[in-house]
Formats: sequence, C-alpha cells, structure tokens
Amino acid sequence: MSFPWANEYKPSHPLMQWMDEKLPLPRFVYNAVGAGYPVPRNLNYAWNFGVLAGFCLALQIVTGVILAMHYAANTGVAFDSVEHIMRDVNWGWMLRYAHANGASAFFVVVYVHIFRGFFYGSYKAPREMIWLLGVVIFLLMMATAFMGYVLPWGQMSFWGAQVITGLFSAIPLVGDPLHTWLLGGFAPDNAALNRFFSLHFLLPFVIAGVVILHIWALHIPGSSNPTGVEVKQESDTVPFHPYYTAKDGFGLGVFLIGYCALLFFFPNALGHPDNYIPANPMQTPAHIVPEWYFWPFYAILRAFTQDFLFIPAKLMGVLAMFSAILVWFFLPWLDRSPVRSGHFRPTFRKFYYALIVDALVLGYCGGSPAEEPFVMISQIAAIYYFAHFLIILPIVSAIERPDPLPFSITEAVLGSDETAPAAA
Amino acid sequence: MIRIISILVGAFFSLALLWSVGKGAVSYVTEPPKETVEHAFHLAPKEVEFESDGAFGKFDNQQLQRGFKVYKEVCSACHALKLVAFRDLKAIGYNDDEVKAIAKGFQVPAYNKNTGEVVTKEGVAADHFPPVLYAGQGTPPDLSLIAKARHEGPEYVYSLLTGYQEQPAELLKKFPDAKTPEGLHYNPYFANLNLAMPQPLTADDQVTYTDGTKATVDQMSKDVAAFLIWTAEPKLDKRKQTGWAVLGFLLFATVLAYMAYRNVWAEKKGH
Repeated sequence: MSFPWANEYKPSHPLMQWMDEKLPLPRFVYNAVGAGYPVPRNLNYAWNFGVLAGFCLALQIVTGVILAMHYAANTGVAFDSVEHIMRDVNWGWMLRYAHANGASAFFVVVYVHIFRGFFYGSYKAPREMIWLLGVVIFLLMMATAFMGYVLPWGQMSFWGAQVITGLFSAIPLVGDPLHTWLLGGFAPDNAALNRFFSLHFLLPFVIAGVVILHIWALHIPGSSNPTGVEVKQESDTVPFHPYYTAKDGFGLGVFLIGYCALLFFFPNALGHPDNYIPANPMQTPAHIVPEWYFWPFYAILRAFTQDFLFIPAKLMGVLAMFSAILVWFFLPWLDRSPVRSGHFRPTFRKFYYALIVDALVLGYCGGSPAEEPFVMISQIAAIYYFAHFLIILPIVSAIERPDPLPFSITEAVLGSDETAPAAA
Repeated sequence: MIRIISILVGAFFSLALLWSVGKGAVSYVTEPPKETVEHAFHLAPKEVEFESDGAFGKFDNQQLQRGFKVYKEVCSACHALKLVAFRDLKAIGYNDDEVKAIAKGFQVPAYNKNTGEVVTKEGVAADHFPPVLYAGQGTPPDLSLIAKARHEGPEYVYSLLTGYQEQPAELLKKFPDAKTPEGLHYNPYFANLNLAMPQPLTADDQVTYTDGTKATVDQMSKDVAAFLIWTAEPKLDKRKQTGWAVLGFLLFATVLAYMAYRNVWAEKKGH
C-alpha cells in the first residue's frame, strides 16, 4: 500500500520497461526505499538507525562469510585458526576486528532504535506487527551474537557457553536432558562448537528474512514520526528518495567514522582479555562476564539470589531474564495512551528517562563482579525495570493528561497548516 | 484484563527481588564480607609508556629487537611463543640471513620420514617457535598473546617483571595465613599475589645489548613487554596506518554527504 500521492515508477529506458514487464524488481525497490515511498517530512536523526541497523546486518554477513572461509570449527584448532586469520590471512585482522566490533556497533544501533521506539510509541496501533517482528529480530540477534562469541574458543567463549547453556538446566523436570541435548554432551565441546558455528552462519539469514517482513509491515501504515500524528496529506510527506537517502547517507558517514575509529584504534576495547587465552575446561576465570550488550540482562539474571515461593533462585533468574525481553511483546497493549510521542506525554517522559538510567545502571552492574554493592544495586534496578513496563506504563498511560497535539505534521514543521480547522 | 495480569506479574518479580534484597541486606549486616588479601594488596599495573601506544604510536624496531633478545636469552627457557614464525621476525628489522640464523638456533619438532620416529631438527624460517617442555612448578603460559590476554597487558608484563619484592610485614600482620608458600614468590601485580615464576630479570646487563642501550632491569622489562605487544598484534602499524587513511576518506565523504543533504533539503522548511 501507499499514500495516493506516492510517485509512480515510470521507466523511460526500453530495457527498464522490458524488465518492469517481466520482473518488476526495480519498481519494488522504487516503492520500498525510493521516490515511491512517501515518508513524514519531520523525521529526526533518531530515525536514521533503522537504515544503520540494516547496514550493520549486511556488514556482519559480508565479513562473516569471508571469515568462515578461513575459520575451522573444531575445538582442537578453532583458537589457532582465528589467530591464523589475524596473522597470515591477507587483511584477515581487519575482517575479524570489523566483525567483532561490528557486532558491538550493531547492538549500539539497535538499542538506539529500540529506545527510539519506546519514546515515540512506535509500537502502538497500527504498527504493532512492526514492533513484534522487531523484538523477534532482537532475540535472533542475541542468539547469533552469543554463538558467535563462542567460536574463537577462548576462555570467555567456553565459560560463557557453559553459563548460558547451563540456564536451560534450571527448567524443572526436563532441564538436564534438554541441556545435554542442546550441547550434544555434558559440557560445551566439539559437538557444541560445531552446531554453534552452523547456527551462527544460518541465523543472520533468518534475521535478514525477518527484516524483510519488518520493512514490509512498516510500509503498510508508513513510517511514524516525532509528533506521533499520522500523515494526513501530501504536504506532510516527502519522497524517501532523495530526501531520506541523503539524510541517511550523512548519518551513515557519521556512524562509520565512529565505528572505524573503534575498529582501527581500539579494536579490543570492548572485548575481554580472557578470550585471548585458549579455552581451558579445567580453569574457571575469576569473573565470567558476557559481552557488554548482554550486561543489563545478565544483571537481571544474577539479581535473583533467593528462592521465592518454592521457585529456586536460578530458575527465577532465568524466568526474569527471558521475561525482561518478552515483556516488550506486550508493550502495544500495556501502554494504552492514545498519544504516541513522548514529546506530548510529560509524566511518561520522566519514567522514560528513568528507564534509560536504569538500563545503564543494570548494564554497569552486569559487567561488574557479583559482589556487593553491585548485587543490591542490580536488584533495585531490576525492580524498576519490571515495574516500569508492567506496572507504571499501564497506570501512567491511563491517568496521564497529555499535552495538546499539533493538527498535522505540516503544522508542526511550518507553524501553520491551511487545511487545519480554525481554532475554536 | 491484560493490564491486570501485567501488574500481577510485575508485582511477582518485584516481590521476589525485594525478598532477595532483604535477605541480602540482612546477611550483609550480620556477616559483613571479609576483606580478602588480594583485594587489599593487589596492585593495578604501573604506568608505562610504549612507542606503540595511542593512535599515532608505531613500533620501534630497535626496541623490539632488544626485547626479542631478552625473550630468547631469558624467557624462552620456560615460555613458548608458538603463534610466531621465525619468518615473522623480518617485520621487526631482521634480514633473511639473520632470520635463518635465528631459526637455526632453535630445535623444532619433526619426524623421521623413514622410521616415523619423532625427532627434532634445526629450525628454518617457515617454522614457528617450538614448544617448551617445562618440568618445574607452575604452568608457564605461551607468551604469543599475553599482551592482549591480560588487562593492560603490556603494562602488566612490565609491572610483573619489575614488581618482585619481600612480602610486606603489614600484610602478614593483617592476614597471618597469607604467608607466601614455599616455592612461590610474592608479587603484588599478580592476581593472587604469589607467583610460581622466580624473578627472571635480576641484574643489569643480564642480557648483552649491542645497540648501546644500557641493559638495566627496568629497560629489559620494558623492551620485552614491547616485544610481546608485537607478538600479540603484529599488524598494529598497518592497522593504524589503514585507520588514518580510512578516517580521512570517511571525513571527506561525510562532509560531501552533509552538503548533499543540505542541498536536497534546501527548499523544505524546518530543516
């Protein structure tokens, strides 16, 4: 679908006309990310991050496919094959650092994208499906990133795999057999490494498929915008190309400068030194920590230190960690405010900023050793996390009185809109 | 309905967490965690500067060669360097003949093609540094990646080498059980303070430098740390050079992209 005023694809060259009759792929691209897609004219830079996330996915797939040509998924040689890439493969060091830091960049971008959604109510009707697919993408990303981190078979790879797969053994009754079945053994070993490699190669293409659905679903209502007021008329929109291709091009440049500075000058800043030690099942590292992008969830996992109502602490932690993401699936129905944008929701806005601080605190605690005061801080922060989504949002959205909305996007941008009814 | 369930679920998690906080607080007050000896006496690595530090840093081949000499004459008795090939040493300024000579000085594993017996042979440039058999106490780690496998690796190596000392009397007063066991050596830069490795660099001129640099313990420690930065990250110079070229291009491209963006949007108000 599109707005009635969307530009129509009219190929002038005979070859393109021929192509359009046989397989209208250029028409498809034109309507998806070209001049045929009308987009609100008031998008700010927070709306760059969807394109950036798509770029990161492509970057990870390209670098990853080439790395896979040189990597060997066998516990005997995996570590050395990564060092072979670093030392003997032409530009191998760049590929590997691009891929490892690319994962971090991908998560930075996706976290901004998600928090953009939180603030502007992007999950609300009619865009629930886009949001649900987005949460699916995020879950797939987490699985992919986790399995990718296991592949170098360093100390953190091994012990991270041990801890995370161990979570499944907390499930009552079937936990232990399930754990053994998933790993293909009683502890991470060659069977686990091989299946992780296979899945790590597969899942990005699954993500790409869900991304296509995500964008498809986006094109049905069209993009949201910072006012949260729906598009009403042609003057509210501009064609995606050239307006947003140009803006996203600039955003991509800024992103690449930051990413390349990290890649070329601080390539190991976000990694853990222990992963340069080959995996050793006989020696547990002093502190087992996942990669930074999992820290908030790791803090929630570890926050449950006591059995509760006969539920063991470990199971509570696992339930809570998965619930921390699963609650996002219910967000469209928990936040009942008819106003989308946080700009017009003064009470919601305060809690939103508190959530950002809370996520950062959880992240900090998740990366710290499991000792006081970090345990207690993460417990309190985890309370706020769940309360925010499950208690505060439903209540605040029911009682809050939002600020007046502009009549249209045109009015919000230009200060007036001739189609608006005269003020009463 | 969904909101009532949601509030109940939220209350469930919050109560479970409050229970954890409460129990944790009680045990924190009744049995405050005891300070450990590592927590009290372990030191973060010393501040040291290396030529290769920072975005503009480059390797100093003279220093790397001195560091290699220290490795060869001291460290290599116990520590392997298996990820490094002799041919790699050309990158730190040795020529083909020197590399061949260095390789020849090492016995590398091989097997007799006729009998299948495991033997050793003189190294050639394509061989890697050989494994080191070590029979003493402790397990000397391979040093190839050590500078990246520890927090602040190069500074850590330097601090460890120069950090041996008598166990402080204050430590024994505070933690009477923490006396360094027989056969271990006190070093506050080591994670658990007691290290199996005896002080390897003990006297000035332990290694003979040929480039006129005074071979103090401090200098040798610094040189070998610099050498281990190279073994861990041999492509460091190339990486930074590439980085500047890439950043230069990106800066140019981003300025162009910004101008294109301004130009495209020039007629749309509000941008």
